[in-house]
Amino acid sequence: MRAMWTVFRREFAAYFATPIAFVFLGVYLLAMGAFTFYVGRFFDTGVADLTIFFSYHPWLYLFLIPALAMRLWAEEKRSGSIELLLTLPLPVWATVLGKYLAAWAFAGVALILTFPIWLTVNYLGSPDNGIILAAYVGSFLMAGAYLAIGAAISAATSSQVIAFVVSVVVCFLFTATGAPLVTESLSGWAPLPLVEAVASFSFLSHFRAITDGVIDLRDMVFFFSLIGLFLFANMLLVETSKGG
Amino acid sequence: MLEIESLTKRFDAVTAVAGLSLTVKPGEVLGFLGPNGAGKTTTMKMATGYLIPDGGTVRVCGHDIVTDTLAAQKRLGYLPEGAPAYGEMTPREFLTFICRVRGLWGGAARAARDVAVGHTGLGPVLDRPIETLSKGFRRRVGLAQAILHDPEVLIMDEPTDGLDPNQKHTVRELIRTIAPTKTIVISTHLLEEVEAICTRAVVIDRGRIVADGTPKELMLQSPSGKLDDLFRGLTTAEDEAA
Repeated sequence: MRAMWTVFRREFAAYFATPIAFVFLGVYLLAMGAFTFYVGRFFDTGVADLTIFFSYHPWLYLFLIPALAMRLWAEEKRSGSIELLLTLPLPVWATVLGKYLAAWAFAGVALILTFPIWLTVNYLGSPDNGIILAAYVGSFLMAGAYLAIGAAISAATSSQVIAFVVSVVVCFLFTATGAPLVTESLSGWAPLPLVEAVASFSFLSHFRAITDGVIDLRDMVFFFSLIGLFLFANMLLVETSKGG
Repeated sequence: MLEIESLTKRFDAVTAVAGLSLTVKPGEVLGFLGPNGAGKTTTMKMATGYLIPDGGTVRVCGHDIVTDTLAAQKRLGYLPEGAPAYGEMTPREFLTFICRVRGLWGGAARAARDVAVGHTGLGPVLDRPIETLSKGFRRRVGLAQAILHDPEVLIMDEPTDGLDPNQKHTVRELIRTIAPTKTIVISTHLLEEVEAICTRAVVIDRGRIVADGTPKELMLQSPSGKLDDLFRGLTTAEDEAA
């Protein structure tokens, strides 16, 4: 536990030791704002809720989270510090988890910094803050799932660019399977269970269920098992890299 | 105590280390010699748990590096090739991180850090980001990191590479100071270094040991009485071997 905490602290501090943290937070908040207010026409809806704001999260995460995850392992491989890290007496699970949780905590900081929009809707009307809280939890879980994918892919390469591009593609697959484009094109001919099975792998379906205000156990299990699966893959990738 | 037994590592068709066996006892400073590509670095990577061998075993103070990795790594100090570190950290932050990983906290961590910093002369650059430091200082950050927890076994891949003559002298003094109680393995290209600090020299070529003895014994084997002539005679240049 202590080993994981040590890795976590170093990794979390590393985001803030370079301009990465501030560039990321700046772009994140700008993008969130731009999509909500300009593209989503937040004020024109005349409704005091954050549905529009949250509806852009999956699509923004698609690019922002791989950008956060790409350095986790690829950078260590490129600089050679991976050799130091793996010869220190740290269990591999602690290193993998510590790095992952640091990135997730950083994504959480970015998400919390969107609080002005929550203040705005509460100033303009009286939204259901329970639903908003549920959506924030859902968004954080979804960010964690994207991150787990990105971290595992970062462990498979020493190039941050490759890690980013491949992560975006894989994350897109996990997002788009629930988009109307895919579900509607399938529902024309495929049997219903198949359509539902494909859609059930989508972050969109699970995230939408949560933003409706219901934190269902099934959606939690989905996100947590996906995170677990990719962290396990991450561990295997680190272990096999020792094989040469 | 470091025990290496019939260690083997293959990369595709190339056998980097071919059944290498070696026991290094406390008090010994073993100089690992050989041309580039002879398998020095690969052997060190396997001895420290960074690479898993295809065959053979490595035991650090009795702990197998593959099956009992953490216990073995706790007793090891390792300076990898090129002395990698986290560039955005300052030596102070970096060494504090290593202390925590090594289970040193509070006063014990400060004491360990002060000793390592004293030995390596890092005092003046303690609060500058590592990536802004000169090659010599970066190497010394790596050294400080390796000796921080006063390890029983110290493995260093070219510890004086990139240092100026004064710095080389300091590092050699450091190794000599800590040597009597420790098991030390250093790899080097510099034959003068072997003569200066090593109690034993092992020459490897294409993954095999081709000579093993005290530097003096090896010099006697050479017709000219010089270590570098013996070295040239025993080993094949990389381009010839290929």
